[in-house]
Amino acid sequence: MNALDRRSRAVYAQTQFDMLNELDRQVDRRVVTLDVNGEPHQVLVPVHRTLLEVLREDLALTGTKHGCELGECGTCTVLVDGEPALSCLLLPVQVEGAAITTVEGIAAGSELTPLQKAFAELGAAQCGYCTPGMLLSAQALLERQPDPSEAEIREALAGNLCRCTGYLKIIEAVRLTAHRRQAR
Amino acid sequence: MKVIGKPYPKVDAGPKVTGAAVYADDLNLPRTLHCKILRSPHPHARILSIDTSKAQRIPGVKAVVTGRDLPIRYGILPVSQDERALEFEKVRYVGDPVAAVAATEEEIAAAACDAIEVEYEVLEPVMSITEALKPPKDERIHASRAPLNIHRLLSYEFGDMEAGWARAEHVREDVFFYQGNTHLPMEQHSATAQYVDGKLTLWSSTQVVHYVHRALAKVLELPMHRIRVIGATHGGGFGGKTDPFAHEIVVAKLAMLTGRPVKCTLTREEVFYAHRGRHPVLMHVKTGVDGEGRITAMHFRSALDGGGYGSYGVASTFYTGVLQTVTYNIPAYKFEGCRLFTNKAPCGPKRGHGTPQPRFALELHLDKIAAEIGLDPVELKRRNFVKPFSRTVNWLRVTSCGLEECTNRVLEASGYAQRRRTRGRGMGFAVSTYMSGAGTAIYWNDMPHSEVQIKVDRGGVTVYCGAMDIGQGSDQVLAHVVAEELGVEPSDVRLVTADTDTTPIDLGSYSSRVTFMAGNAAVEAARKMRALLVEAVAEKMEVHGDLSEIEVGDGRIGDFTVSEAFELAEAKFGALSTAGSYKPPRIGGPFKGSGVGPSPAYSYSAAVVEVDVDERTGIVTPLHVWIAHDIGRAINPMLVEGQVEGSVYMALGEALMEEQEYRKGRHKWPSMLEYKSPTFLEMPPIESFLVETDDPEGPYGAKEAGQGPLLPIMPALNAAVHDALGVWIDEVPVTPEKVLKALESGRFGPKAFPEVPWPEEPIRVEPPAPDDLRVGPEFEAAFGVSGAH
Repeated sequence: MNALDRRSRAVYAQTQFDMLNELDRQVDRRVVTLDVNGEPHQVLVPVHRTLLEVLREDLALTGTKHGCELGECGTCTVLVDGEPALSCLLLPVQVEGAAITTVEGIAAGSELTPLQKAFAELGAAQCGYCTPGMLLSAQALLERQPDPSEAEIREALAGNLCRCTGYLKIIEAVRLTAHRRQAR
Repeated sequence: MKVIGKPYPKVDAGPKVTGAAVYADDLNLPRTLHCKILRSPHPHARILSIDTSKAQRIPGVKAVVTGRDLPIRYGILPVSQDERALEFEKVRYVGDPVAAVAATEEEIAAAACDAIEVEYEVLEPVMSITEALKPPKDERIHASRAPLNIHRLLSYEFGDMEAGWARAEHVREDVFFYQGNTHLPMEQHSATAQYVDGKLTLWSSTQVVHYVHRALAKVLELPMHRIRVIGATHGGGFGGKTDPFAHEIVVAKLAMLTGRPVKCTLTREEVFYAHRGRHPVLMHVKTGVDGEGRITAMHFRSALDGGGYGSYGVASTFYTGVLQTVTYNIPAYKFEGCRLFTNKAPCGPKRGHGTPQPRFALELHLDKIAAEIGLDPVELKRRNFVKPFSRTVNWLRVTSCGLEECTNRVLEASGYAQRRRTRGRGMGFAVSTYMSGAGTAIYWNDMPHSEVQIKVDRGGVTVYCGAMDIGQGSDQVLAHVVAEELGVEPSDVRLVTADTDTTPIDLGSYSSRVTFMAGNAAVEAARKMRALLVEAVAEKMEVHGDLSEIEVGDGRIGDFTVSEAFELAEAKFGALSTAGSYKPPRIGGPFKGSGVGPSPAYSYSAAVVEVDVDERTGIVTPLHVWIAHDIGRAINPMLVEGQVEGSVYMALGEALMEEQEYRKGRHKWPSMLEYKSPTFLEMPPIESFLVETDDPEGPYGAKEAGQGPLLPIMPALNAAVHDALGVWIDEVPVTPEKVLKALESGRFGPKAFPEVPWPEEPIRVEPPAPDDLRVGPEFEAAFGVSGAH
C-alpha cells in the first residue's frame, strides 16, 4: 500500500459549505400558533424545527427533556390532545390547533397533582430526567384507565426508558395514585 | 434517632416532578453560542493537516479551535495524562474530537464542522484484546512503556503460593469473558461556559466538579481561583460523567475566545463515543481447594480491552484483582492484570468499576468447583466467607461484614434449597463486595476527601458541600444527617452543593463514597453546631455541667424551639458557622500499588435470581430476584431501596442484552433503539432486604449502596441458566445465540487466555497478621509507610 492510497480526505467540505448557503436561502419559516398548557403562543420557526426544540428553545419550557431526539427513549413525551406523543418526532405545523400539555402544565398552580406527589413520596424520581415524560405517559394512562393493572402500567410506560430506578417505584407510584383516587 | 433510618422523600423531588429542576442543557444564558465538535471518522489515523479556513468564513461562525489551541494533555489519573481536548497529531477511535466550532446557531456550527478539511493517514486499527497483544501492523496506539499495545501490566503475589498449591486436594482452571457495555444515562452530557472579567464559569453535567476544575486549570493554564465549576441538576451518571471531557474544556476555551457564553450538548451518538464504560475483560482463574472445599490458593489473571485512552484504566485494572480477597478468605493469592489499548471509545468506570467482571468469573468458577467436588455451591462459598474484623492477604481491612446474614435472607426468601428441579427453570446464587469509597484520592495528597460547612442563623440551616447529587440522593443524605443532629426536619435544611466557588471540596460522586465520606464530614460539622446550640440553650435554662440532658429533636432544643435556640446561639456567639471533614485512614499495605482497593468499609450483597430459559429460542427470562444488601445502616431506607433496585435493573441489562460492540472499527449500534436496555416489560419483581451491621466507621454505621448490589446479579443469573439447562455460559451477556450454542456443546465461552508478556518477577508481598486491624498513624508507624499513598 503506498502512502497516497492510505490518505483519505474530507471531500464533502466544499459541497457542505455550498449546501449551507443554499439551505439558508431556501429555509421555509412559518408563523405557527400553538396551544401549550392552555396558553396560545405564536412563534416564527423554520418548518423543520421539531416541537421539542420549539418548546424548549422558543417557549423556554425546559421541563420537557431530550434523550435521543430520534424517538427511541420517551424522555420528550408530551400530551397532544391528551395522548402521549414524542415531541422530538413532531413538527409544530402538525399540532397547530391541538392542545399540547407539558410537565409545566399538569399541576394547578403550585399544588402538585396526586401523581406528582406519589412520584415524590415513593422515590420514583432519582435523577429525575425521565420523570416529566413518565408523568405525562402515566397521566394519560390514568385518564384512560383509572384503575390499571400492573401489566397495563408496564405496557403503557414501556416506551419511556429510565436508567436509575429499575422502574419498580414508578409502577408503585402509578398504582398508589390510582388507589388513592379509588378511595376518594 | 429521630430521622436517621426513616424514609423521607428526596429534598429535590419537588423540582424534579414539576420540570423546574435546571439540568445542564436547560441553562440558556443570553447571547449563548452553540458549539459542535468535529470527530474522527477513523478508528486509527495520523492527522496530516487541518484546514479550518472555509469554516471560519461561514456567516454566524464566531470561533473555530483545533488541538493547536489546546495542546496540553490531561487525564483523570495522574499516571494517564494522555488525552487532548482536541487531537491534532493522531486519532485513536471513531469519535475522537479533532476540532470545534462556536456559532450563533447549532445548525451553523454543525455545517461549519463539515466545512473543516482534515487530511488523515489511515492506520491499521487494533480492535481486540488478542490483536493488541500482537506486534502492531502500522504503529502502536500510544508510546507507552509496556510493549505491544499494552497500557499497563500488574503482577502481584501475596502469601506463599507454592504452599497453597501443595495443600490443595483439588485444582480447577476456567476462562471467562465479560463484554463491555455503557452507562446510557438518560441525559446527554452538556456544558456551558462563560468568561467574564478574566474569570471562567462552567456549568456541567459532571459527577466530579473538583476534578473538572483541576483539568480546566491545567489545560487552560488558569489558576484554580479564576475558575468556577458548578454541577447542574444531574441527569444520570453511573460513572459515565466521572472523567473531565473534551466538550467541557472546548466550551471553556471558546467562551474565552469569543467573550460569550458557549454551550455544547452531546448528541446521543456522541454519548456512545464519550463512553468510559465497562471494560471488556478476558479472565483466567485457577483455584486450589482442600478436602473441605476451603480455598488454599488462587491465581487470577485479567486482560482488559481499554479503548483509545487511559481514563481510569489503571485503577480499573487493579480493581479486577483486589477485591476477591475481601469476599473470600484466600490465604495465598496471585494477581496478574493487563490493560490493552485498542481503537475503540475509551473505557473507564461504570457502576461497580472493574469488579463486576472478576465477580462474575469468581462466582461461576466457585460454582464449578463445588459441582466437581460434589458440594453445594452455597455451602462451598459459605465455608470460605471472609470473617468480619479481619485483614486480608493483600492487606485490606475488613470491618463489618453481613455476608452470612445476606446469604440467609435470600436463601430463605427464595426457597433456594427447596426449589423444584424442572428443566427450563432454574435458580442461581451469588455474593459480592464493594467499597464505601476509595481509601485514596485520585491525586495523592494528605487533605480531606470531603468537607462540609454549616451556617445557622435566624433564617435557618444551610449546608454547603462540594458533593454532586447525581440522582442517588446525596443531597438528601446531607440534609438527613444535619437534621438528625440539629433537631430539624430534613426538608427544612437548605443545601448549596457542587459549586467550587461556594462549597468546600468533596471529591465527587464516584467510588460509592459520598454517603460515607460527605456523611461523616456532615456529622462532624453538625455535632460542632449542635454543641454551640446546646451551650446557648443551657445557659438560658441554667443547666450546668452535664449538658446531655438537653434533648435535641422534633424541632426543639431543650425548652426552646430550634428557631429560638438559633437566635440564642447567634446572640451568644455571633455568626454561627461550623465545618467538618473526613479523610479515610491509611489502610493499604507497605507495597507499591497498595493505594487501590483499600476502603474504610466494604458493603456486602447476596442474591438469588430465578430464570426461565426457552430451549428452542434460547431466550432467558428473569422471573424473580431476591437481593440482600449489607448497608451498615440505612440513613434513608427508601433511597437505599432505590439504589438496590436500580443496581439490579442495570445488572440485568448487562447480564442479558447490553453490549458495546464494534464492527470494522465502528461502534455497531450507537443509538438507544439498537443498544438494547431493559424496559418496563423486562423488569422482574425484586425483593430486597437491607441488612444492618452498624459499621464502626460509617456515619451512624452506614456503608455504600449505589454499586455493590449490581455485582451478584450477573453470576447468579448465569448460575440460574446452568441450573435450568445444565449448560455453562461463561460470558456476559447471555444472549439467546449463546444459550443455543451452549446446548450443542455444554458450554459457551472463551477457549483460552492469550499469551501476555507478564513481568518475570511479580511484586511479592508478605501478608499481614489476619487480626491486625491497625490503620492510620499507628499503622504508618508500625510499617514505615506515609499517609499519602
